[in-house]
Amino acid sequence: MYVQQISIFVENKPGRLAAVTRLLADEGVNIRALSLADTSDFGVLRLIVNDPELAYTVLKDQDFIVSRTDVLAIEMPDVPGGLAHVLEVLGAAKVNIEYLYAFVGQSGHQAMNIFRIEDMEAATVVLKENKIKVLPKEEVYAL
Amino acid sequence: MYWNERYECMPRPELEALKMERLQQTVERVYHKVAHYRKAMQAKGLEPGDIKELNDLSYLPFTVKTDLRDNYPYGLFAAPLSEIIRVHSSSGTTGKPIVVGYTRQDLNNWSELAARSLGFAGVTDQDVIQISYGYGLFTGGLGIHMGAERLGACVIPASGGNNQRQVMVMKDFGTTVLACTPSYALVLAEEMAELGLTNEDLKLKAGVFGAEPWSEGMRKEIENLLGLSAHDIYGLSEIMGPGVAMECSAKEGLHVFEDHFIPEIINPETGEVLPYGQTGELVFTTITKEGFPVIRYRTRDLSSLSLEECSCGRTHVRMERIAGRSDDMLIIRGVNVFPSQVESVLLDIGYLSPHYHLVVERINNLDRLEVQVEVSAEMFSDEIRRLEQLEHQIKQRLDSVLGVSCKVTLVEPKKLARSEGKAKRVTDKRNL
Repeated sequence: MYVQQISIFVENKPGRLAAVTRLLADEGVNIRALSLADTSDFGVLRLIVNDPELAYTVLKDQDFIVSRTDVLAIEMPDVPGGLAHVLEVLGAAKVNIEYLYAFVGQSGHQAMNIFRIEDMEAATVVLKENKIKVLPKEEVYAL
Repeated sequence: MYWNERYECMPRPELEALKMERLQQTVERVYHKVAHYRKAMQAKGLEPGDIKELNDLSYLPFTVKTDLRDNYPYGLFAAPLSEIIRVHSSSGTTGKPIVVGYTRQDLNNWSELAARSLGFAGVTDQDVIQISYGYGLFTGGLGIHMGAERLGACVIPASGGNNQRQVMVMKDFGTTVLACTPSYALVLAEEMAELGLTNEDLKLKAGVFGAEPWSEGMRKEIENLLGLSAHDIYGLSEIMGPGVAMECSAKEGLHVFEDHFIPEIINPETGEVLPYGQTGELVFTTITKEGFPVIRYRTRDLSSLSLEECSCGRTHVRMERIAGRSDDMLIIRGVNVFPSQVESVLLDIGYLSPHYHLVVERINNLDRLEVQVEVSAEMFSDEIRRLEQLEHQIKQRLDSVLGVSCKVTLVEPKKLARSEGKAKRVTDKRNL
């Protein structure tokens, strides 16, 4: 039910990111959102794609270390304070956020962020109570 | 307190005479009962009668691992199968394993030596001993088991694995002595911490740890965490199993049980016998074995021998704790480092089949060791924090086990050079 994020272990070496993205491109996988967390030696590339199942299989077959993680795609007004409001709601409910990053595309006046949250269920309830829209996965993949 | 004072403290001249008598019997036995030894001796123009004094041992041909493998499974047995009442087998990392057989008398001697070894660590019939070595073809579990029963201790045949239950047993059954590999002792210590237990909650007093090389640093760590006195036990299935040599309370080397085995140290390149004090390859000749006697077996383990008087009062020669293997040793800042140590650390941490590579460089006249560890699917986390924790955990454990500081780098799989069959584990750039 949650949006599936693909995470890939990459060494900090020239060409590694290119190798991942080229591999996905050749299979027709389209990247919707991405974030790269890194240290001096390695990084973790996190992707939201149109077809996570395909992306996972393709990468795994090429011996990349890859995993799938549930995340929330949260919609918010693209105005000052849009993100702050969402974070305040989650903060007030003591929902812990592991990481978040922005969506590449946007629709109309809405912005979107990807949230990785410890307690996904609690977050979903809180967001619903506060009338904050969480996008269903089908909608996210099709964007 | 001695288990067998007569033999453990036998005056040297008497011990030398006993060794000589038993060596001659063994040479007679293998010459007449094992084709391999007869041929090897004949090739050097030797007959059993040529062995007239202990020094003549050096005339006898060496036995190497491939000799054992070539005679798989029973070719080197010196007793008919009807007299063999047990076999064990060593894991074969390449090719066939090695099969060893024991007669009733062999098992009798082995249990005596295992009991003697436990006695070195202060174990008595009052103790509860948890044996967490693997039971089965591996000699570790059953070897210690027989010795502990012979001693009259209360034996818990726990075998390896199921860490949480091991700790529960240790606590609830009141275990006083733990026998396992040193790296497994650390795993159990970690499990204890996770269950919120300290050594105050346990009754441990002694540990009998062996079957892999370990450092003085690791000993301290184990002793602190488990609250016991840690003793090193040495053995290999080709010679007998655990109980070939054992560390006494002085902890300055391991006494080799010379009434059953004659150790030699040789130069691994030339085969020349080295004097006391010099480090080289450890070679053993068994002098009481009936089922599987071995003449001058090259262990590939590196050590040195000392005849200096020991404060424990025992007279048997001491071997320095194993410095590693003659075939894959690296010396880094004067410390001997072995790829196998890295492997055992990674296995302990939770890797199912670890792949790693050691890179040694000399920068500003200082050796620098980098350990590249492949990230595996089971160890991967989407969170950088977890990966950094993993890296840190590996480094801490390696520093302690290797006794030398290293840099740990997590790398992608298949990046590490793998030659055919056996992985190439080391790149030493210092010679370039």
